[in-house]
Amino acid sequence: MNILSLFVLIPLLMLLGLWIARNVSQVKGVMVVGSSALLVLATWLTVAYIGMRQAGATEEMLFTDSIMWYAPLHICYSVGVDGISVVMLLLSAIIVFTGTFASWKLKPLTKEYFLWFTLLSTGVFGFFISTDLFTMFMFYEVALIPMYLLIGVWGSGRKEYSAMKLTLMLMGGSAFLLIGILGIYYGAGGETMNILEIVKLKIPTEIQQIFFPLTFLGFGVLGALFPFHTWSPDGHASAPTAVSMLHAGVLMKLGGYGCFRVAMYLMPTGAAIWGDFFLILTTISVVYGAFSAVVQTDLKYINAYSSVSHCGLVLFALLMMTRVSATGAILQMLSHGLMTALFFALIGMIYGRTHTRDIRQLSGLMKIMPFLSVGYVIAGLANLGLPGLSGFIAEMTVFTGSFQVNDVFHRTCTVIATTSIVITAVYILRVVGKILYGTCDNPEHLKLTDATWDERLSVICLIAAVAGLGLAPWWASDVISGSVEPIISQLMR
Amino acid sequence: MNGFLSMQAEFGMVAAIVVMLLADLILKRPNHKPLQALAVVLTLALTVLCLTEPAGEAFGGMYVNTSIASAVKAILTAGTLLVFTLAGRWLEREDTSYKAGEFYMLTLSTLFGMYLMVSSGSFLTFYIGLETASIPMACLVALDKWRRHSAEAGAKFILSSMFSSALMLYGVSMLYGTSGTAYFTDAAAMLAGTPLQIAAMVLFFAGLGFKISLVPFHAWTPDTYQGAPTPVTGYLSVVSKGAAAFALTAILMKVFGQMVENWSLLLGIVIVVTITVANLFAVLQKDMKRFMAYSSISQAGYLVLGTLAGSGQGMASLVYYLAVYVVANLAIFGIIGIVEQQTGRTDRDAYNGFYRTNPHLTFIMTLALFSLGGIPPFAGFFSKFFVFASAFHAGHWLVVFLALVNTIISLYYYLLIVKAMFITQTDSPAPAFKSPALARTGLVICLAGILVLGICSGVYDWLSELSMQF
Repeated sequence: MNILSLFVLIPLLMLLGLWIARNVSQVKGVMVVGSSALLVLATWLTVAYIGMRQAGATEEMLFTDSIMWYAPLHICYSVGVDGISVVMLLLSAIIVFTGTFASWKLKPLTKEYFLWFTLLSTGVFGFFISTDLFTMFMFYEVALIPMYLLIGVWGSGRKEYSAMKLTLMLMGGSAFLLIGILGIYYGAGGETMNILEIVKLKIPTEIQQIFFPLTFLGFGVLGALFPFHTWSPDGHASAPTAVSMLHAGVLMKLGGYGCFRVAMYLMPTGAAIWGDFFLILTTISVVYGAFSAVVQTDLKYINAYSSVSHCGLVLFALLMMTRVSATGAILQMLSHGLMTALFFALIGMIYGRTHTRDIRQLSGLMKIMPFLSVGYVIAGLANLGLPGLSGFIAEMTVFTGSFQVNDVFHRTCTVIATTSIVITAVYILRVVGKILYGTCDNPEHLKLTDATWDERLSVICLIAAVAGLGLAPWWASDVISGSVEPIISQLMR
Repeated sequence: MNGFLSMQAEFGMVAAIVVMLLADLILKRPNHKPLQALAVVLTLALTVLCLTEPAGEAFGGMYVNTSIASAVKAILTAGTLLVFTLAGRWLEREDTSYKAGEFYMLTLSTLFGMYLMVSSGSFLTFYIGLETASIPMACLVALDKWRRHSAEAGAKFILSSMFSSALMLYGVSMLYGTSGTAYFTDAAAMLAGTPLQIAAMVLFFAGLGFKISLVPFHAWTPDTYQGAPTPVTGYLSVVSKGAAAFALTAILMKVFGQMVENWSLLLGIVIVVTITVANLFAVLQKDMKRFMAYSSISQAGYLVLGTLAGSGQGMASLVYYLAVYVVANLAIFGIIGIVEQQTGRTDRDAYNGFYRTNPHLTFIMTLALFSLGGIPPFAGFFSKFFVFASAFHAGHWLVVFLALVNTIISLYYYLLIVKAMFITQTDSPAPAFKSPALARTGLVICLAGILVLGICSGVYDWLSELSMQF
């Protein structure tokens, strides 16, 4: 059996284990064992992948395998990874692992919660290992639907509204996507669903012209493309902690990954025709998201709008279509995934103690819960791009790459998008100053305690990853830029 | 002799009806339990007969059986089997228990009519089949005759089915007038798309549109579905609809193959209107049976997307869609029936907080709803994808696109039920209860179908092989 199939098999076994688990401690046992196994597997895969590349493996995808599934429509279960999917798998494994600990004390219906949570991760892992359009799309949808119940049952605030809005908007995106996939399949002659084979065939320009925007939009909705980002703030604000982490950290990356791997890779002519149009939308995402974050007072809303801005930057960099900017986009996915998960984890922990996320009611937390507060400062600094942490590496690469495109239109977009760095600093520093420093006004808050062991574990893992990426970015950027090459050269043609 | 072997399922069915009648006479009342067991065994045997039925002709081409038609008959019979397993609790009631024999006998009679519809070779056999399927159906709808809604539903059903038969006959007579034959193969050769033939096609289509309940021929559906006893509604929504949809596809492809330009335009518009209107109405419904009526109108729209493709691929995806739809829809109707017998309610509020009291039923219901909504990894996702792919392949991009956009609305109202069961808080949820063993078996079969039909590609491969010979 192919090693990559384990990424789907382990979550499936976890589902089975959760199903037969009798009590909460068994449920947690299954989750810890399963998510640790996934983390180990993802780490091993990264090391093995780098090793194979250094040993001179030149194929576009490694660990490939294909099993015929639905012969009449050429649907296969095909798997394979390149550098981009390897780092995404690693990211997902980290978030699933830390998410498990972040929801350690979740009640009620713990077992059901973890069942849906694991189903969601099955979809995410399956999506990143797939190289078959149908299988990829199937896993994509598997990852979306559990969100409805996760937010609807275990969420807070306007959870029913947010859950429905999120599900319907994302499913609307996947309706666009489905027609895009059919267009790609039949446009390429209806002979294969495998991405690596479709790319060798030429899809007629008029087909690309119609189906590129549909496919890009379909994935773009999940990547919080303006004006289809409105599900994201509501959804994130209502979701329970670990679900926000997984959603902002990993699920939104499905959008960027799909735009790059499916829409742009398979339909380069369409990308050339529509690129500028979508570039304007993503530029708006970047700036608008940042400005919206400035005026919010709910911690989760601030971070959700910040995610819109940063995920907009991913799509922005991809549409610049240079090797450096695309590498930056993938680095930004990785970096944003880690730091936003860290943010949501910390917000969840603070909320669990203070029962409010309104920044006007919080102050002086640094003295009361130093561990969480320091974590929050680190997350904030990573977010605004402090050198030494992951955000700096990613944004630097993105903007350097974008600046290489030297016509007036692209330069203008780049300059506008760059302003988001300053706005990010405004909203991050404002929050940090308001809630962490100064004196605590609320006597109730003085009695609160600092993080427990499960929370510390989750936070430390994420901080280590953020700092690891920031201090030693070369391994990730080497892995990524080698794999970006074939896609970019396809776009250059 | 070979010809008659290809009718083995039909002969088996006649025998089954007779056995059922005799058993009802012989067994001492109340006899609903042994009769149910007998009905289940008989339908199981009939399913096997359908699966092993060879292709062939009988009665000089009046009856033509193809392998895909046998597959459809097997699916319909299996659907009936599921309905029988789920009907037990309803037939225990005091005012229905003495009618159990009638219920099984009438249901089998309608199924016999559908067999003929599915494997007819001429408009004459087709019409006989259609009537055999319709008239006992009206009795079934009105079986709870002491309940006002049921009687009303029966009257509505018989009136609308008479009307639709008349329309269809008028179309067939025009066709006979211009081609001089009622045989499918001969008529196909004589058709050239003259205005009169187009009118004939439209009338024929309208007649079958009533049976499949496509908009604008759907007005009878909600009232009939709501009024009929729940197992009958389940039967009506899958088996009767499935047979008509397959017959429509077969005849449009076989007889009106030359006029594909004409009917695909008509059908494309009807599909989009059907799905959209049904979805918009379904959103507003509070009663589960009425809601499922609109849901099944919309599902019929997706089903005939396979017809629109007008190809072997379309045929295969239609039959596959039907199989998947049967298990998912019957699971839901099964649960609606169980809840109705326990609490006497069919409104959506009866399901508030259902998860707390009946987690297993909720689980099955949720998966069935997801399957209807086209969520992977459940079978409905695959069947939707295949009908979309087949219609897309035939070049109907816009129809596919509009149908896809509509899946969002349908997902919305399916999620409303999921929300009621999982999320909505209530002080008085439906009490926990245990359903009869046979009904539980039926639900488990449905659940297995929902999970397995999609993941295992065997069924679709098999159907698509059979449709290539069509």
